[in-house]
Amino acid sequence: MPTSLAIRAAPWVFVIGMLVVWQAAVAIFAIPPFVLPPPTAVAGAIVQYWNAIWYESLFTLGTTMAGFLLAVGFGLALGLFIGWSRTIYAGLYPLMIGFNAVPKVAVVPILVLWFGIGAVPAIITAFLISFFPIVVNVATGLATIEPELEDVLKALGASKLDIMRKVGIPRALPYFFGSLKIAITLAFVGSVISESIASNHGIGNLMLQAQSQFKVPLIFAGLVVLAVEGIAMYAVMAWLEKRMTGWAHRSTGFASS
Amino acid sequence: MRGFVTLEGVRHAYGGAGTQLAVDNLTLAIEKGEFAAVVGPSGCGKSTLMKLATGLQFPQNGVVTVAGEVVEKPVKIAGMAFQAPTLLPWRTTLDNVLLPLEIVEPHRKRIRRDRAAYRERAEALLAQVGLDGAGDKFPWELSGGMQMRASLCRALVHEPQLLMLDEPFGALDAFTREELWCVIRDIHAASGVTIILVTHDLREAVFLADRIFVMSARPGHILVEKQIDFPRPRDLELTYAAPFQDMVHELRGHIVEARK
Repeated sequence: MPTSLAIRAAPWVFVIGMLVVWQAAVAIFAIPPFVLPPPTAVAGAIVQYWNAIWYESLFTLGTTMAGFLLAVGFGLALGLFIGWSRTIYAGLYPLMIGFNAVPKVAVVPILVLWFGIGAVPAIITAFLISFFPIVVNVATGLATIEPELEDVLKALGASKLDIMRKVGIPRALPYFFGSLKIAITLAFVGSVISESIASNHGIGNLMLQAQSQFKVPLIFAGLVVLAVEGIAMYAVMAWLEKRMTGWAHRSTGFASS
Repeated sequence: MRGFVTLEGVRHAYGGAGTQLAVDNLTLAIEKGEFAAVVGPSGCGKSTLMKLATGLQFPQNGVVTVAGEVVEKPVKIAGMAFQAPTLLPWRTTLDNVLLPLEIVEPHRKRIRRDRAAYRERAEALLAQVGLDGAGDKFPWELSGGMQMRASLCRALVHEPQLLMLDEPFGALDAFTREELWCVIRDIHAASGVTIILVTHDLREAVFLADRIFVMSARPGHILVEKQIDFPRPRDLELTYAAPFQDMVHELRGHIVEARK
């Protein structure tokens, strides 16, 4: 039976294990570093280009977070709006699906046309790609109020706003905070796509330049930095979720009656 | 026709005119303080009756009155409890019980100021149904029967004149169910609230009710109306007596007939 220490150590063990396998594979199969650099070379690149990486990663983090925060605000508002009534839900849902089906990489050229290159298209792409799960989750949380409970409150003369405030919104919160974990990851995808296509800054741009100069370890260094930022922000969202909606995790769903 | 809750020639369909009727020519009258039970085959429109009497739905034809007034909006003097306790998991039991007071006038305006007094009232109510000291627990810390008790408290906290129970004990085990019969019996005896109980359980209906209405299959109307004259207070032992069994048996016959 695994102890709690083993469970806590497991993620680190697996990360280190992966790096060891990677390093060994490169050595054993004599893979040239311009195809797949070993982890040591990637680490070397991180040290060597630390100043540039530090600056560009903060830039990417900034555009990502800006787009993400926009997505949170807009997604929350639209989710509440859609979840408010079945008619709005029915009307807007197909539109949302269609919108979400459009690959956001295809939108970037339009954004460049409108806003030029730089931070703005990156922020907007991050926003566009990450607001959808927030909207859907908030709307779902609102739309799945138990009809009996709605009846109990309506029979007392509760308005739609009362029901939303007392039941709908608290109920939608676990869905909302859950969706933030998905949204933040997607936001990174959006900002990096846009930076790789149309920016002079950010990790995406850094990797593109490294590619053109054949600095393969630096490309991988960019990936590592993105992964670290992604994990860190995911952890923040998971922590937030646990803190804000602890009740949803303490109970194993609605206790059976 | 006089009565605290009356339905006269009521016809209703959920999909509007022309769709299948849920109830048709439904007529009944329930006196103030009476304990009425409504039984019938599945899908006979029992729940529709609940919605009509609380002002959640309005009839296509006919008239519904509650407390002498024609129902044209939610009645606000009713408390409701369902088979699912539907407690809010993010609120403690006590805060769940207080929920209706945050909605219904005049408590809605007072509750913030008089929170302590209202808490006391809710705690007294919890004690009355055997949930002393459980107020600070969250719903998932309670058993199914305890959740149902809390749900009853929520239905009663604003001192409704009418209590609507829609198969409230359907999901409970037999022993818990009988315990809760006694809880409801005592609430009725103590408060004199008018109760309409919708149920599938004929023993439950005969044990609790003053009068039983047997509904037909869809579209529902009243087939038989049965006065239950067993003296109160009734004890669970009653359910094993021959006259009780005969009554249940007779009602069962009506339901079987209604299903055809």
